[in-house]
Amino acid sequence: MALAIASREVDGVTVLDLSGRITLGEGSVQLRDSIRDLIGKGQRRILLDLGDVNYIDSSGLGEMVSAYTSARNQGATVKLLKLTKKVHDLLQLTKLYTVFDIYDDEASAIASYK
Amino acid sequence: MESVGEVEAAADQLATEAGLDEEARFHVTMAVHEAAINAVLHGNDYNPALHIDVSMENTGKSLVFVIADQGNGFDPKCLPDPSVPENILRGTGRGIFLIRSLMDEVHFRQLHPGTELTLIKHLSPASETNPQKGETADGG
Repeated sequence: MALAIASREVDGVTVLDLSGRITLGEGSVQLRDSIRDLIGKGQRRILLDLGDVNYIDSSGLGEMVSAYTSARNQGATVKLLKLTKKVHDLLQLTKLYTVFDIYDDEASAIASYK
Repeated sequence: MESVGEVEAAADQLATEAGLDEEARFHVTMAVHEAAINAVLHGNDYNPALHIDVSMENTGKSLVFVIADQGNGFDPKCLPDPSVPENILRGTGRGIFLIRSLMDEVHFRQLHPGTELTLIKHLSPASETNPQKGETADGG
């Protein structure tokens, strides 16, 4: 299943609802382009809802990291929301859990930007 | 990339037929996915004239996956650890790390040309006399 990305605004934060797989050839580039477009339009608060993402490969992890650092370098912040167990375990395994701000519920994630 | 999907699906089927639980199946399919991606992208440099060879087997004690490319080879000992602080923000370099973390044994063999990766998932807990993960790298 390819990656589907839906965008919405909540209290000045752009929430990207992701669904599917973030892998090489199946979504990693889409994700990168979406975040780059948002930052290019001046959005500085970006929240990735990963509740419907059940598979991220090393390329997908790499794109998430690149998006995080690119955003940070441009004064923007990318945070993560609702990791599935598989994605949670991957981020723990790769120590990326220490890099991202991760939230279980949207209200807390949105509030963290204030 | 279509071939990678096929390899992944075949690995998932083998793991399912072997009776692995969902988590173990995920580990197997992800490791095989990473190995196949590496073979196509890094091993063969995405050259459509080159192919990858894949075999998989349930030996009764283990699931064994062998993925070989036709590229220039590499030294797995020279790969940086992507989980250490100085590398954590790199955008690449997590494939082999994930494979090593998700499988019980990982063996590299240089084919000259090409590299062969053998991934092994034990179907029963490791014996008490051999609790460490096994990895060999044949530079030969």
